[in-house]
Amino acid sequence: MARPLINVPAKVKRGEPFEIKTLISHIMETGFRFTTTGQRIPRDIITYFSCSYNGEEVFSADLYPAVSANPFLTFYTTATDSGTLEFKWIGDNGFSESATVPVTVE
Amino acid sequence: MTRLAPCWQAACVAAVAVLIAGVASGADIPLEQRRSGYADLGRDTKAMQDDDTANPATLWVLDGEALWNRKAGGTSCADCHGDAAASMKGVGTRYPLFNEALKKPIDLEQRINLCRTEKEKAPPFAFESRELLALTAFIGRQSRGLPIAAADEKLKPAIEQGRKLFTQRMGQIDMSCAQCHDDNWGKHLASSLVPQGHPTGYPIYRLEWQGLGSLQRRLRNCMIGMRAEPFDYGAPEAVALEAFLMWRARGLTIETPGVRP
Amino acid sequence: MKKVRMPLEKTTRREILIGALAGGLVATVGLEPARSTPETMRAAIRKVVGSAQVRKGRVDLDVPPLVENGNTVSLAITVDSPMTKTDYVKAIHVFNEKNPQPNVISAHLGPRAGKAKFATRFRLADTQMVTAIAEMSDGSFWSASADLIVTMAACVETL
Repeated sequence: MARPLINVPAKVKRGEPFEIKTLISHIMETGFRFTTTGQRIPRDIITYFSCSYNGEEVFSADLYPAVSANPFLTFYTTATDSGTLEFKWIGDNGFSESATVPVTVE
Repeated sequence: MTRLAPCWQAACVAAVAVLIAGVASGADIPLEQRRSGYADLGRDTKAMQDDDTANPATLWVLDGEALWNRKAGGTSCADCHGDAAASMKGVGTRYPLFNEALKKPIDLEQRINLCRTEKEKAPPFAFESRELLALTAFIGRQSRGLPIAAADEKLKPAIEQGRKLFTQRMGQIDMSCAQCHDDNWGKHLASSLVPQGHPTGYPIYRLEWQGLGSLQRRLRNCMIGMRAEPFDYGAPEAVALEAFLMWRARGLTIETPGVRP
Repeated sequence: MKKVRMPLEKTTRREILIGALAGGLVATVGLEPARSTPETMRAAIRKVVGSAQVRKGRVDLDVPPLVENGNTVSLAITVDSPMTKTDYVKAIHVFNEKNPQPNVISAHLGPRAGKAKFATRFRLADTQMVTAIAEMSDGSFWSASADLIVTMAACVETL
């Protein structure tokens, strides 16, 4: 049920930076917690996030266990041409999630 | 996060004992002084609740929407109830509700499971399961902005039972809900602000849980805090307490899904 | 448990026993993960910055004045930069001094960002200092720090 939620303005002005907001469901288990019987709970986090705009990477981030559960990330990118924004989340245990959102530039 | 050492727990108890010494318990908060826990939030937590993309609970609401449309046992919620925005509007303002067939009040979680077993012929969802939380969040969301409804007459016995539970001392710490949440709201307990404790945003995304949880889970947290045996999920006492809390919060606005520390 | 060995020194039976005991103890008693310290944070920063000088300024760290819950702390970082093709922020790195690990997040920007600003939410295990370091296209490094007070919830869910 790991669904990403992405917020991009409906229309953006050419040449202007606009804000992209992302939220994804993930436990972000730090690897530093223990069960009541002393077993270490293994790490299970998203380690990498990237955003590409019409195929070119415009933002990426390396995430560490200190990032809260259900990672929330907002950033800016400059509006160039209309097209597609592609988002990718990669993490431990083969975690891989992607999403695409159209961007309309006027 | 590190746990409070026993000495600190004792200090908290001592501090609270000093705080409530000589204060009568059980006096209702005057209606115009009531406020949702939202009002006590810091700037950033408020912003998290206000923005759907920043509110992690939205992920559950979206899951709930998917479940609403998914067939179980041959039927889906949508098959009977259609568009939830219309059919479920106001539902979150009036649960717990007295169920005629069962002759007892039930809360929204139990109502959903009743539909599952009786109408969809599907197994009920476990309390606090992701599915049940998602559905209650989705259904509750349709009442956002609406005032909590006045209670039905048939709910009176449950509300009275709930009031008794709210004002009765319990647990090793031997304190009642009322002593903190009626008599000492707005003050601090070990640097946590004591809220009035209104169920305006349930199910909530609690920062302490880093997840979504129901009102019953939150009440169980409180009872464990009092070192009392918490009510089982779905127990009549739990539903009675919910009914009393909703009555106590009548007229306050639903914020579901809320964010709380 | 490391031991610097002098030439011609023989490992005595006593030393082997102590070493084994220490190893055994760590395995069973080490329930608390090793914490970062200001020194490990500085080492993590050095890994990114190398021998370059880190100057204070141009970076704005927006964090809540009082943290309501250490599990989820809002963080917004803005860097003063024209963000042109020749003068932009390459990356923003965030560090902490008392979590089990010194790194929090590293964001990679570039001229297409338009605005050198990003936000997220992170965890703090204890009251501590958080440092953000901006890596510029001209190879310079700028930083800002904030002290955050983290308190515990009064009533916890599990005992």
